Amino acid sequence: MRRLLHHPSATLGLIVLTFVVIVAIVGLFWTPYDPYAVAPRQKFLPPDAVHLMGTDQYGRDILSRIMYGGHLTLLTGFLSIAMALSIGITFGVVGGWVGGRTDLAIVATMDILLAFPAVLLALGIVAVLGGSVTNVIVAVGIATIPVFNRVARAAVLSVTARPYVRAAVAMGCSDRQIIVRHVLPNVAGPLVVLTAITIAGAILIGSALSFLGLGAPPPEPEWGVMLNDARAYMQLGWWLTVMPGVAIALTVLALNLLGDGLRDLLDPTSRATDAHA
Amino acid sequence: MTTPLLDVRGLSTQLDSDTGVVRAVDGVSLTIDPGQTLGLVGESGCGKSMTARSIVRLLPSGGRTVAGQVLFEGRDLLTLDAGAMRAMRGHHIGVIFQDPSTSLNPVHPIGNQIAEPLRLHLGLSARAARDRVVELLSRVGIPRPQQRISDYPHQLSGGMRQRVMIAIAVACEPRLLIADEPTTALDVTIQAQILELIAGLSSETGTAVLLITHDLGIAAGMCDRIDVMYAGRMVETGSLDDLFYRPRMPYTWGLLDALPQLGMDRHTRLATIEGGPPDLSAVMAGCRFADRCAWTRDLCRSTEPLLTARSDAGHLARCHGTDAGGWIG
Repeated sequence: MRRLLHHPSATLGLIVLTFVVIVAIVGLFWTPYDPYAVAPRQKFLPPDAVHLMGTDQYGRDILSRIMYGGHLTLLTGFLSIAMALSIGITFGVVGGWVGGRTDLAIVATMDILLAFPAVLLALGIVAVLGGSVTNVIVAVGIATIPVFNRVARAAVLSVTARPYVRAAVAMGCSDRQIIVRHVLPNVAGPLVVLTAITIAGAILIGSALSFLGLGAPPPEPEWGVMLNDARAYMQLGWWLTVMPGVAIALTVLALNLLGDGLRDLLDPTSRATDAHA
Repeated sequence: MTTPLLDVRGLSTQLDSDTGVVRAVDGVSLTIDPGQTLGLVGESGCGKSMTARSIVRLLPSGGRTVAGQVLFEGRDLLTLDAGAMRAMRGHHIGVIFQDPSTSLNPVHPIGNQIAEPLRLHLGLSARAARDRVVELLSRVGIPRPQQRISDYPHQLSGGMRQRVMIAIAVACEPRLLIADEPTTALDVTIQAQILELIAGLSSETGTAVLLITHDLGIAAGMCDRIDVMYAGRMVETGSLDDLFYRPRMPYTWGLLDALPQLGMDRHTRLATIEGGPPDLSAVMAGCRFADRCAWTRDLCRSTEPLLTARSDAGHLARCHGTDAGGWIG
């Protein structure tokens, strides 16, 4: 953690991400205005001291909507990846460790999932399940499973071939103990990095689905929904699209920076030189 | 005559490879008495490590033991179920591997790694295990064990890491310690210290040692008995004196000649055994050393010699030429 703060881009990513998360949490309990309150006489107001980010076509305060809607967008990202992570890693570790036909079956299934672009796959799943925030989370989660599965499997395969795993067997460890104590900690690095980067991707896909009208239903201030709503009025006020757009971009950028930083820090060679310093 | 601690009988292990089935270990028998040190020597690829790995059932994928018995205190390890085998490894049989730098897990402090077998097999509490780890670290000659306990493997030198590996292997005071080329990855000055440490620990606790090495010099310094392997076969077995003063197999002569001697002229090249070991995936008739042996006759190529008794008790060799009625003096 201390080393994380010495990495400039990781620090920046962490700060921005923390800021976004805090704002979204605050937005759940307090916003400057009611995010749903329609005020026809105050529509299309440009940003000023009263409405920091202006108002939209119904006169709703954009800042309030972004603050309140933040949790929807962030949860889409975090929950879908939590789902992809747990399922993908479980199957990846099992496949990589057991090998043989089990592994073959898992790899084949994942290859089928991977054959579709993630957005398209998520789109298809939402089309079948129907549009809602929960379904978007499930869809994005399923679409991301193969990414985690592949990385986990490859990492397990490479770690399993290392002599220290053989040494653990020679020590009398059971398969479960070897996986939990010797294999997983050694594959954690790439998976942590992947998590940060795929959350960013999941937020983008989630917003894209909402933008297409397949996610949260329109009154909800989900960032993608806000973008979609504002699309028709783009010429009447740049702030309508720019504000939620910037919110999405900032969050995604922060996660990517953090992911890059973590990749540098979790590289064992950089750790080795660090420890002697 | 004591009952042996380890009695391996007719062990055969095969490996699948691209060129076919390799008979890496072919009908090998060996015995180790309690507290004894047995050296298993031979050049690279002659089946020494595979023999050891067959004993503890740690074969690489594609490897399987097809025949034989491995009696450890009278129980056949090859027929134990997986759970019973796990209880054996690390508890009654400790293993030291060749390369200490890759055999330690890079993400755990060494103290935790030494504590692992203690907690696993002896059920020690975290605190009791910690006390024992400190004791073990000082036993294997690591200074300031209290501080070292939280070091990661990359913070230790190669020799220190091998000491840690030894501490892990002897943590539960095993009755048998298998050391597979324990000093090959270390530099010469450290080698002697590590061997001394293994010898010391073994005599303190009465642990028997199976020392696998390609260096007869190392074996000479430590072993009670020496078994020589060639191409998956046991070719000569005997006491240290038998092997060094009365060897009865041309391969052993070759190994002995290849040892550097003190006082040797520095311009003299070391003797080598011409050629390389035979392809173990091919079916062989006759003596496997025949192609590289200077005394080979037709008999050697057609009929494989048996391991037969020589002058002293327990001295066996596999050679027509030195057998009764042979042609080598």
